[in-house]
Amino acid sequence: MSSDVRFTDFKSDKQPTWCPGCGDFGTMNGMMKALAETGNHPDETFLVAGIGCSGKIGTYMHSYALHGVHGRALPVGTGVKLANPDLEVMVAGGDGDGYSIGVGHFIHAVRRNVDMTYVVMDNRIYGLTKGQASPTSQEGFETATSPDGTSVPPVNPKALALSAGGTFIAQSFSSDSQRHTELVKQAIEHDGFGFVNVYSPCVTFNDVDTYDYFRDSIVDLEDTDHDPGSFDQAKDRVLDSDKEYIGILYQDEDSTPYVEREGIGSNKAEIPDGAPDGATDLVREFY
Amino acid sequence: MVLSEGAIRGNKTSGPAASGWGSRRLFVGRFETFLIMHEDLNWAIGGEAGDGIDSTGKIFARALSRAGRHVYTSKDFASRIRGGYTAYKVRTAIDPVESVVDRLDVLIALTERTIDENLDELHEGSVIIYDGEQTTMQDVEVPEGMIGLEVPLQGLGEEAGGAIMRNVVALGAACEVAAFPIENLDEALEKRFGDKGRAIVQNNKEAARLGQEYVRENYEYDFEYDLETTDNDYVLLNGDEAIGMGAIAAGCRFYAGYPITPATDIMEYLTGRIEEFGGAVVQAEDELAAINLALGAARAGARAMTGTSGPGIDLMSETFGLVATTETPLVIANVMRSGPSTGMPTKQGQEDLNMMLYGGHGEIPRFVIAPTTIAECFHKTIEAFNLAEKYQVPVYLTADLSMAVTERTYEPEEFDMDAVEIERGKVVDEEDVEAWLDEKGRFRAHAATEDGISPRAFPGTADGAHMTTGLEHDELGRRTEDEDVRVEQVDKRERKVETARERETFEPREFGDPDADTLVLTWGSNEGAIREAMTQLDGVSVRLLSVPYIHPRPDLTEAVEAAEDVLVVEANATGQFADLIEQDTLERVQRINKYTGVRFKADELAEAIRDAVAKTEVPQ
Repeated sequence: MSSDVRFTDFKSDKQPTWCPGCGDFGTMNGMMKALAETGNHPDETFLVAGIGCSGKIGTYMHSYALHGVHGRALPVGTGVKLANPDLEVMVAGGDGDGYSIGVGHFIHAVRRNVDMTYVVMDNRIYGLTKGQASPTSQEGFETATSPDGTSVPPVNPKALALSAGGTFIAQSFSSDSQRHTELVKQAIEHDGFGFVNVYSPCVTFNDVDTYDYFRDSIVDLEDTDHDPGSFDQAKDRVLDSDKEYIGILYQDEDSTPYVEREGIGSNKAEIPDGAPDGATDLVREFY
Repeated sequence: MVLSEGAIRGNKTSGPAASGWGSRRLFVGRFETFLIMHEDLNWAIGGEAGDGIDSTGKIFARALSRAGRHVYTSKDFASRIRGGYTAYKVRTAIDPVESVVDRLDVLIALTERTIDENLDELHEGSVIIYDGEQTTMQDVEVPEGMIGLEVPLQGLGEEAGGAIMRNVVALGAACEVAAFPIENLDEALEKRFGDKGRAIVQNNKEAARLGQEYVRENYEYDFEYDLETTDNDYVLLNGDEAIGMGAIAAGCRFYAGYPITPATDIMEYLTGRIEEFGGAVVQAEDELAAINLALGAARAGARAMTGTSGPGIDLMSETFGLVATTETPLVIANVMRSGPSTGMPTKQGQEDLNMMLYGGHGEIPRFVIAPTTIAECFHKTIEAFNLAEKYQVPVYLTADLSMAVTERTYEPEEFDMDAVEIERGKVVDEEDVEAWLDEKGRFRAHAATEDGISPRAFPGTADGAHMTTGLEHDELGRRTEDEDVRVEQVDKRERKVETARERETFEPREFGDPDADTLVLTWGSNEGAIREAMTQLDGVSVRLLSVPYIHPRPDLTEAVEAAEDVLVVEANATGQFADLIEQDTLERVQRINKYTGVRFKADELAEAIRDAVAKTEVPQ
């Protein structure tokens, strides 16, 4: 597509109803910029959104889009991409959508390695339902449904992705706009399943995982000697619960995405007016 | 009336006392009259799961089909007795057959249990082929009046090159019993084993001949069967395969599913074939994913399909409303089996009608189509795709186990690919998009049109970008809770059903005497058995309406009012289709239900219809 697409072309005329200060603003802006800067066009982009505060993104962005049922955004995105591999497919959701109700699909989407981008706005809380513990809430986190603090350890999505054969695993922070945009761009450009977990703070219901908390704890992998091509280093990083790393934790640049691996055909929307050529051979097979 | 197994049995005649039929000795035929009364032969092979029963049965069915005989098959998967009993049954005749009867003429029994399982269907003069040299079969007592043919299946198999060929030895023996030219078997063996090399094919042919010769040399009985052959060329396929072939013919290019009996054959059929036509199959991680994968493909513009059985429909119900409210064309095959819960996974049932009609929260239109024969599985699949796209709705295409996983023969012309017409509905291209943009240039994907059908722009269409959502939405596909818009969108979605009623022909299939006092109504695979039952109803004239369109459906009020007796036949306990008919016509109907897990048989249906009519007759 033409390279004169601006990131505002991906913006709809609907004003977001996210709380002022919500991390999702920054997450979305980075996604729009990344899409524009990688040469995509709204008419050739498909955005799938899950359910939750994050799921509203389909309304605020402009592209072909589906806002689906809770937890099932990844299968929808996979279906879109396999039906028409020419489309740029981006899936967005939250930590509840992706790591709780949809965690089964997450694992399998990672395994398949379909060439699409998955952005998770991880605020470690259920915001839309007004403040319950999420699968990524830190242990001991006090919420309406865990007044004495959650007693279970959080899900580790990056470790899950790595163990499931992830080929692009990154972490970003919504308020570090430039770095976040860069990471989403790299995920888009990755040939395979580009997974970006975004720290996207909830200013209303999460007073633990705040902007200040992240600013204080984040370590950018670019400032370390981390080699994203090293599975062993990635393993150590994703299992290190003392630090909040951002950057590309792991990337396998040589992986073969699903469409190529399976030899999936191009745009399947176009079909003939009658049975396809050769269909009669199918009948003959039954002799 | 409820048919229980007890009610449908009987007629077992005890044979004359005769000793030694189970052993190898000359037998003087005396049941000729019985045998030649029937123009059909009922044949079966049974044993343990893993004995190659299915594959062997299919070879025989294919041999008959290639020899120009009609074939209808059925399978016994499990049993009243615990264990892995399984059987493949073939009914064959010169004329088309599409039902089973309570009669078994030739049985290859690989286990003793196989004989026990089929005692009710075996009769005086039935031939039982078994391997008496097997330790497990040494004590087999062939029931009185039946003909036991002891054939060393395993030994002859070894002679031909391997014990694994014992089933083929038995097929050869069966050819001799049925006077069926063994050359017909060769072709089926080639089809089955061709990819394993010439030697394997040759060994199998040899094994069949050893079986044939063994019977010829050791038994001098004239079995009186004479399986005539014709020059006709038939195709042999099951309902799942017909659905799969119909999907490819209809331009389906994406299928996602999760393995489940008895729907898996659709996915297996498509895998390796749909790719040749530019399509793809994805084995999903579960049915939740399967329907969402298909939904995604459909949003991208592909003709997409998913398929499952009852338990999968439960899971897919989560997304069903989303498919319907986003007005996404999607075909969902529900190959029914017996429920509830895990129920009887390998048994017949038509219990999901209410689920398909009413499943899911909220109110949303859906189409439900139920093909009534294996050929109709093909035709209705094509129609389902056309309806789905024309009306932008999810379509349940529902078959049932009895026709999904068993085969029957057809003239190949029945599947005429040149007759296939693809109708995609209101798809707009880049030029048409203009007409559907609002004043701000936004595409009205859910425009509330007069006929309820909105324009559809595939992703990639310039200026067509739009969103849609499971939230109530406005015509742009954006969330709304505005009262007027809500009502407008609900009404426009419902209006599509009215439009379909005006534009389409949703007629039942009619058989029998149109002026008969007795009206039989049914849906799904029962049609064949009822049609045969009608030939056995001396003196009772019947009009049969077999209804493939469940929603929207034909108005049967006139037919119901005109009849004295209205009988609704279905394979469930409560009469879900009968309820619909009563609701539509405000008339009471009689119900003939069977929920044993076994398909209706022609003879038991004839009896049930006769009984039902007799009950309402006023004695003179």
